[in-house]
Amino acid sequence: MLAAVGVEDERELFDIPSAVQFDGELGIERRTEAETRTEMRRLLAENDELVEFLGRGHYEHYVPSLVDHLADRQEFLTSYTQYQPEIAQGFLQALFEYQSMLVELTGLPVANCSLYDAATALGEAATLATRVRETSGSRVLVPEQLREGKQGVLDNYADGAGLPVEMYPMDDGAVDVDALAELVDDDVVMIYAESPTVRGVVEESLGAVGELADANDALFCVGSDPVALAVLEQPAAVGADVVIGEAATLGLGTAYGMGLGMFATREAFLRQVPGRLVGVSEDAAGDRAFTLTLQTREQHIRRERATSNICTNQAWVALRTAIHAAWLGPDGLVELATDCIERTAAVADRVDELSGVAAPIHDRHHFREFVARTDQPAPAIASELADAGYGVHAVDDHLLQLCVTETNESHVDAFVDTLAEVAR
Amino acid sequence: MSDDAEEPATGSERAVADGYDQARWTDGDRREPLLSEKHTREVDVDVPLPGAVTRDSLELPALSEPELARHYTRLSQMNYGIESGPFPLGSCTMKYNPKFTEDVAALPEGAVHPDRAPETVQGTLGVLARLQDYLARIGGMDDVTLQPPAGAAGELTGVLIAEAYHEHAGEDRSEILIPDSAHGTNFASAAMAGFDVVELPSAEDGRVDLDALEAALSEETALLMLTNPNTLGLFERDIVEIAGLVHDVGGLLYYDGANLNALLGRARPGDMGFDIMHYNVHKTFATPHGGGGPGAGPVGVTERLTPFLPTPHVRETAAGYERYEPERTIGKVHGFDGNWLVLVKTLAYIARLGDEGLADASAKAVLNANYLAEQIDYEVPFGPFHHEFVASAGEQDAADVAKRMLDHGVHPPTTKWPEIVDEALMTEPTEVENRRSLDQLAAAFNAVAAADEAALAHAPERTAAGRIDQVSAARNPRLSWQALDE
Repeated sequence: MLAAVGVEDERELFDIPSAVQFDGELGIERRTEAETRTEMRRLLAENDELVEFLGRGHYEHYVPSLVDHLADRQEFLTSYTQYQPEIAQGFLQALFEYQSMLVELTGLPVANCSLYDAATALGEAATLATRVRETSGSRVLVPEQLREGKQGVLDNYADGAGLPVEMYPMDDGAVDVDALAELVDDDVVMIYAESPTVRGVVEESLGAVGELADANDALFCVGSDPVALAVLEQPAAVGADVVIGEAATLGLGTAYGMGLGMFATREAFLRQVPGRLVGVSEDAAGDRAFTLTLQTREQHIRRERATSNICTNQAWVALRTAIHAAWLGPDGLVELATDCIERTAAVADRVDELSGVAAPIHDRHHFREFVARTDQPAPAIASELADAGYGVHAVDDHLLQLCVTETNESHVDAFVDTLAEVAR
Repeated sequence: MSDDAEEPATGSERAVADGYDQARWTDGDRREPLLSEKHTREVDVDVPLPGAVTRDSLELPALSEPELARHYTRLSQMNYGIESGPFPLGSCTMKYNPKFTEDVAALPEGAVHPDRAPETVQGTLGVLARLQDYLARIGGMDDVTLQPPAGAAGELTGVLIAEAYHEHAGEDRSEILIPDSAHGTNFASAAMAGFDVVELPSAEDGRVDLDALEAALSEETALLMLTNPNTLGLFERDIVEIAGLVHDVGGLLYYDGANLNALLGRARPGDMGFDIMHYNVHKTFATPHGGGGPGAGPVGVTERLTPFLPTPHVRETAAGYERYEPERTIGKVHGFDGNWLVLVKTLAYIARLGDEGLADASAKAVLNANYLAEQIDYEVPFGPFHHEFVASAGEQDAADVAKRMLDHGVHPPTTKWPEIVDEALMTEPTEVENRRSLDQLAAAFNAVAAADEAALAHAPERTAAGRIDQVSAARNPRLSWQALDE
């Protein structure tokens, strides 16, 4: 091959000025595959074995083996974005099916086939609010109880679009509608509310928030996730213009915060949607075919006038989420969501019986998680629980947050016993 | 598996002798039916919540596990991956994804929640710290954040760092300079952060035009974003001078890492004067593209910019690894800490290759591109190129060329971009091909170069779907199975 290109050494092919050639050593040791696996296992073994009761935006539900085995098929896992749709019908159809499931869950007719995570999806919703004719103003209102990372990402997206982000008060873990009404005026471009909230509270005032947004020409953005949406009222029915959230609650499991940004919106905003959309067309034989569509919204065509800079996204996670949702089916999804309500209430009741702990602190319905008040300092309790093999959130000086799903349910008895000892 | 359709009218299918037919599962005038067309069920929702906040029913596909296994297996058979055949997509660096990295990412010890106390996740933090260190060495940078979940997110991170740096220096700079041959994401990322984009025309040799650059630079210049080698595969020979010009006006220099594979172990952006860079680990470090993602876009910076990195950042102390908030952090660019599963595969890949393997990768990638360019009948107007080249389809339509290449069982190159080359065929074989597969690729290129108009117009014929009408998809958007019923 060297002879075919007329050189004696590959180095001759590099057209790099000598001043910037690198002749040193990077100092990265070469390993065999076996050595690399051993080394990676050794590194990760430094993690403590904890039973996690952790949530706050990143959740562990049981992911069926089917998901790994199908999503790991190389035709899915190692393929590229479907710019040649004729050879990529399979992935396109899977993404189309994912979009369709989100349409059923949200009640909104347009869902894209992924953003990075819930936080960036919220940021994208804010910038979308500035591009649509239906809205005016610049202030973005978000709940005071919000995942810090979500708030941080929103701040960065909103800042670039010149939007100030402000927090509105909450009353007992849910939207304080009267206080919100005081804050809303024509200069508000978007109101964001979540159900369930970061503390697991099922929000009961979404309709009222939607009316406030509508009356002030503001976009109404609702945050949720596909498991909760299996039983909650479709956000579209309470006036949501955009639904965002963490869709990897199905399909991925605990992955150190890696996620899947869900994004659904109204038909009117179709041409302002960020990210990829799969649509239906026909091939030369007149048969139904799938293709990426409305690409003139995207950066590779529209550049600085694109709806977003997103290119690489979370398509493979969306595939996993769709397979998981299909595996559960409507019965399984509703059952899973029902468990997230009933089990959580039952565990909160048990925790509430312990001396030195009151739970849940909010007199609300909860989904997956709840906050407990502790007489002893919460960080100290969390630390002692970690020593005993349990991971919990200390969300304030005397507030602990606990998340329960089918994956840690079998540890609840032992956990409650331990909590009884360390919290008294 | 393929249907028993009549012979194509052109008969050109028989002219392709590569022994390739993609699976085509059919059901009347459609391929594999949608999940919703197989079986759905509407179930009542009756949960212990107030009726006002719950839905009445939920209707979704209801299929058995074997039915689902067959459905998704059939879909996978109508999709083309890197193990299906050569995948020389220019600028995308489609490498074979080593299997063992999947096993490493699946280790249960790595499946931890991001809110765990640092002393309980020393393994995870150790992996992140080591990857930060390896990437910094590879790029010649002083520190690296792993938080950005994709290359474009890395660009936005870099732009925000530049903005924060200038603001801290008491300067309000409004412009970002970007060559016309750059990736579209560069322009979009600059605009998302609120900057004005100044597009730089390329010189006749396809590189940065120094005169145009000098004319565009001013005290308003916050950043110059460059890809090097650029999208034509050409190294910016004047990079030291370019860096000097940008720094002289107080601007910063950003390196788009899309083409880093050309330079591994041979040259480092930090040594060229770049202040900020992103790494596309799903390109350079062989993590799978996943049909569009997830990837990861870590961002490296030089020492003066380390206080601005996103929070939390990871570092090693005498007591172990810790998370901390950099002094003048730009804040967050991902809700948590980025795409963990991708990052762990990245570290495994780099650790497997080491110095020697990394330098070997760039050498083979560049040799392969040069060899392939020699073997094909299409003209390659610009050079000397590195890991990729842009051929011109000349009188043929590059999109037609791509469709016909599909019939030869290879994935086509990136087409019609960059626009500086007429009917561009942007080709990047990467180091994973060998002479046999490169010869197969070249044969496909050359058969298509010799193909007549009819053969081009009717392509593809051997894929699951024939040529797809993109215009009607956009004119009449139907984006869900619900929309098909309307």
